[in-house]
Amino acid sequence: MSLLEVRKLSVAFQTQGGWFRAVEGVNLSLDRGEVLAIVGESGSGKSVAMLALMGLLPATARIECERLLLDGQDLLGLAPKARRRLNGGTMAMIFQEPMSSLNPCFTIGYQIDEAVRTHLGGGRKARRERVLHLLELVGIPDPPRRFDAYPHQLSGGMSQRAMIAMALAADPELLIADEPTTALDVTVQAQILELLLKLQQERDMGLILITHDMGVVAETAQHVLVQYAGQQVERQAVRGLFEQPLHPYTRALLDALPERAPPGDFLPTIPGLVPGQHDRPRGCLFAPRCGHAGALCQTQEPVWQQLESGPGWRCHFVQGDPPAPVFPAPAALQQGGEQGEQD
Amino acid sequence: MAENMAENTTAVVLKAVNLQRHYPVRQGFMQPPATVRALNGVSFSLAAGETLAVVGESGCGKSTLARQLTLIETPTAGELWLDGHRVEPQRRPDAALRRSVQIVFQNPYGSLNPRKTIHQMLEEPLLLNTRQRRDERQRAIAAMLERVGLRPEHAGRYPHMFSGGQRQRIAIARALMLRPKVVVLDEPVSALDLSVRAQILNLLTELQQVLGLAYVFISHDLSVVRRIADRVLVMYFGRPVEYADSETIFTRPQHPYTEALFSATPVAEVGQRRERIHLQGEPPSPLNPPPGCPFQPRCALAETRCGQAVPELHPAGAGQVACILR
Repeated sequence: MSLLEVRKLSVAFQTQGGWFRAVEGVNLSLDRGEVLAIVGESGSGKSVAMLALMGLLPATARIECERLLLDGQDLLGLAPKARRRLNGGTMAMIFQEPMSSLNPCFTIGYQIDEAVRTHLGGGRKARRERVLHLLELVGIPDPPRRFDAYPHQLSGGMSQRAMIAMALAADPELLIADEPTTALDVTVQAQILELLLKLQQERDMGLILITHDMGVVAETAQHVLVQYAGQQVERQAVRGLFEQPLHPYTRALLDALPERAPPGDFLPTIPGLVPGQHDRPRGCLFAPRCGHAGALCQTQEPVWQQLESGPGWRCHFVQGDPPAPVFPAPAALQQGGEQGEQD
Repeated sequence: MAENMAENTTAVVLKAVNLQRHYPVRQGFMQPPATVRALNGVSFSLAAGETLAVVGESGCGKSTLARQLTLIETPTAGELWLDGHRVEPQRRPDAALRRSVQIVFQNPYGSLNPRKTIHQMLEEPLLLNTRQRRDERQRAIAAMLERVGLRPEHAGRYPHMFSGGQRQRIAIARALMLRPKVVVLDEPVSALDLSVRAQILNLLTELQQVLGLAYVFISHDLSVVRRIADRVLVMYFGRPVEYADSETIFTRPQHPYTEALFSATPVAEVGQRRERIHLQGEPPSPLNPPPGCPFQPRCALAETRCGQAVPELHPAGAGQVACILR
């Protein structure tokens, strides 16, 4: 039985211009000890989907889900109080900006202790021991001294370590990390990613890593889910994704990376913009920017297809097992290096 | 590289010699103010049409360098030559000089005034610095919008009506209105999405080719730097630690910090993971610098002599490096 199973998760927000569908029909499953990366650009709904999972969205959000199982427990029918007990208990989350996630008014020892007190309880002395142990676990030097440090006395890397300690307070089985290293320097990013993976392996946790950095994905994830405009467009094991991407969006995204692009002065680009609330196309959401799109793509929305063996995609032209993209005549292929970002 | 530099001295538009910028920091009542050496001994020269990338982590002096180069501040010591004219230390440079260098900031959401239309923003530098007539300004703005890939009818709109990529195009257009020779690009694409990033990088390349601009490209994204830079200056703790052309530095980095920085950068290829050099700890505090080489407390190769003197930039291999071990 998988640790997490999500079937057809959708999130819509009430806005002045009507309902905005931020997440549409996301399916995912995650085993213990597995690292799943969710990749997408801003507005692709990757963070919103995870916040929905954690039950952290505001009341203006309408969440629909066919099935939501964590460790075999149905989260949908759960009372709010029981649901809150899971947050920080069985599943925990780390956010992007460690500096703004910590409360500047309290010491980090107090803030980590808060999580320990809520989920594990126990006497003051035992809890202090636990916090010191957690601080040591995440590699903060001299825990007894750092226990009484305020967030402003810590660097970005140290703050993120404190956030990880807080997330680990109650030995969660599922850890969701939302862009955990985006605000950090490269050498510190390497330290934090290594720490997360080490802890994940030692504790056999499921780890969901939300990121937009393809390099981070290639080095840490086992499976990858690519999101575009609220929909998931591809799911593959990491090697397959980088070697043979199925969806044209994934392919274009990888081609636009400076380190993978063919030599020359100009990089291949994806023309146009991610559709917003008011200009969502009728058919495939990527069709207006896709070099392979045909008449079918303009009118008919592709459905999510997934093989028993894992790979999944949302494109009319991907077929077979193992799946491969089979595009019609490349007459309409757009040339790389195209300029212009029209609205 | 030395020959390379001598060759294009004629077209050098920006030259720094031992540039320094120190800030006094008050330590408290009755205490003498301390000095933070934010920028210490940076030298380089840049010709028209070239790109110099400045690479380093936060606090390494990248942004302080940008402030000196764009004449927002003047350096405490050292020489700065802009378009053949010397910038006098501690004196406000004249307007003509300031016109020839412009900057594009990292975050186009913060660098554009939300209460001004695009037209107003692009017109302001012309109003302040030139005596162009109204119709001339109008034409210049329309031409510039087209050049950066926007449409003339966009001129009447406000920044919030544009996407991140389009806003960065506006910021670039604004920087180019006065026909500068040097453009400082302070992390110009790191706030942008992946698919838009390539569009803006292509635009910058195209503008450089057409207008012969010299770029100082400040970035921490090494894959982008490798792609667009002619030469790379790696900084650590306010000091240059390595300076070489792009090909040399990426294939054969000399300084242990450069090596560590490169090895820490994730690569978007599965199974390509390089042997990682583990850097312990974080950069030292500027108020309490370590003795000798500033990188020595984190350096895996450090020896006792590293703690004795601050290494100067000296020729090594095809570039220059500030490390006594090389």
